[in-house]
Amino acid sequence: MIIKQLSIFVENKMGKLVDVVEALGKAGIDIRAQSIADTSDFGILRVIVTKPDEVASLLREQGYIVRLTDVLAVSMPDTPGSLAKVLRALSDENVDVEYTYAFVSHNKDKAYVVIRVENNEHALEVLANHGLLFADEEDIYK
Amino acid sequence: MENYYQPDMERAPYEEMRALQDARLKENVRHAYNIPFYKDLLDRNGVKPEDIQSVDDLYKLPFITKDDLRDAYPYGLLGVQLSDAVRVQATSGTTGRRVVAFYTQADIDLWDECCARAIVAAGGTKDDIVHVCYGYGLFTGGPGLNGGSHRVGCLTLPMSSGNTERQIQFMTDLKSTILCCTPSYAAYLAESIHEAGLIDQISLKAGIFGAEAWSEEMRRDIESKLRIKAYDIYGLTEISGPGVSFECSEQTGMHINEDHFLAEIIDPQTGKQLPYGEKGELVFTCITKKAFPLLRYRTRDICVLTRDKCSCGRTLVKMSRLMGRTDDMLIIRGVNVFPSQIETVIISCGFEANYQIIVDRVNYTDSLDVHVEMTPDMFTDEVRGIEKKENEIVEKLRSMLGLTAKVTLVAPKSITRSEGKAVRIIDKRKI
Ligand SMILES: [Zn+2]
Repeated sequence: MIIKQLSIFVENKMGKLVDVVEALGKAGIDIRAQSIADTSDFGILRVIVTKPDEVASLLREQGYIVRLTDVLAVSMPDTPGSLAKVLRALSDENVDVEYTYAFVSHNKDKAYVVIRVENNEHALEVLANHGLLFADEEDIYK
Repeated sequence: MENYYQPDMERAPYEEMRALQDARLKENVRHAYNIPFYKDLLDRNGVKPEDIQSVDDLYKLPFITKDDLRDAYPYGLLGVQLSDAVRVQATSGTTGRRVVAFYTQADIDLWDECCARAIVAAGGTKDDIVHVCYGYGLFTGGPGLNGGSHRVGCLTLPMSSGNTERQIQFMTDLKSTILCCTPSYAAYLAESIHEAGLIDQISLKAGIFGAEAWSEEMRRDIESKLRIKAYDIYGLTEISGPGVSFECSEQTGMHINEDHFLAEIIDPQTGKQLPYGEKGELVFTCITKKAFPLLRYRTRDICVLTRDKCSCGRTLVKMSRLMGRTDDMLIIRGVNVFPSQIETVIISCGFEANYQIIVDRVNYTDSLDVHVEMTPDMFTDEVRGIEKKENEIVEKLRSMLGLTAKVTLVAPKSITRSEGKAVRIIDKRKI
């Protein structure tokens, strides 16, 4: 399924990342998945939360720069090689994957990943054609 | 249709102007030499008044600075008998002692004429109603434009500054047609007129705005809000006041009244004269003023001089909009760097003018760091995309300055602000 991810600009300085995460914690926001991409001077914190639009405005009010991006959330059996199959299928069909990161799952048989591609619909089609789209997406927001 | 107040001077062929300048310069150098300050200065530098035979010899004269003028306070630079001086004007003295400037009646007459040229160039005639809300008093803005307006024969409103409500009332009731004030006050007036819903009741057609640096965007904004044509004017109390140079209908720089004020552009480091078209420090020599003659006065203003043909028909040399002050200039690895240059690059790359320049010296080499605040518009989800934007700034700075800067994108509002203004330059070098 396609979900909204929050990308937050953070300076690559001691404490800056903690500040954002703390701000989210104070507001009682449950971070379902997160990853950080950084260079020597800045980073992009990417998070999946239950109410992305609300959280985005909350952070903006506090002076953060936030962008909402559509990303793929894919669930798969929690067995060795599952992620590899997904990525292989995408790669075989020339779908460029910008990045992926893992999800916290409440279902111990399932693994979840966020996948960032250029064209979400096309990537979903590819995965469906390869029989790699599994149910239980609702679990993401539980 | 262009109008001129003194067409003989404003449209003089170059050779004629040069001959006049040569004669006037020779005479005024001799005149200045009668003042102990200049005699001492020239003697110390081994220059004799007769060494200066023409404008080409100007480079031989030593420079004078604002400090010299301050040190001469109060009467050290008075160039005539006290009985022949009729007026004093003074600078605001925000950075220490004031500079007082003296005028004979002839000095005031020529100053008024310069301002009259500016008013006529802005379309003024004796049928106009000139609304002067520059300050009056020791500040030259009010008295200068007031005098010029009288010369043209305009009905003159000596409003002085402040009391916006009264300004607008006079403007609507008396139907002022030409507004003279600082650009920032013009912008403020425009806002206030719109707020009061009185824009259809004003009759302004032109504005003459000076005494502070302003941008082309600000000009267009004032022009559209007040429905006028806005003209730049330049001057310094030390040189005479407003009207040292003025803009014509082309609005591409200010014509310098070079029959009274000789302009040079110099490299602020070496003091060497620079050719037309090159950016540097503006230096003025007064060739007609007697009570307060100035020889090669360094203004610290940065601009460019051009002598291209102007569509208005004037032959007077033109100076560009002010590009900064030498006080702000940084020398990094021997390169003159103006914060305004860096700002231009940042804005051209899509960022806003919220930046900080940090200069340091590491292992005997200067380092240039530029911090730029990230904006919501420039932020994307991709590291590579953002790095590309950073590199674009680095590349443009390299091609403009020949220096490699380290550009860092920082969080919005993270750059230190002092009294609401961003602290632009931090020079950590200890030399
Ligand atoms: Zn012109």
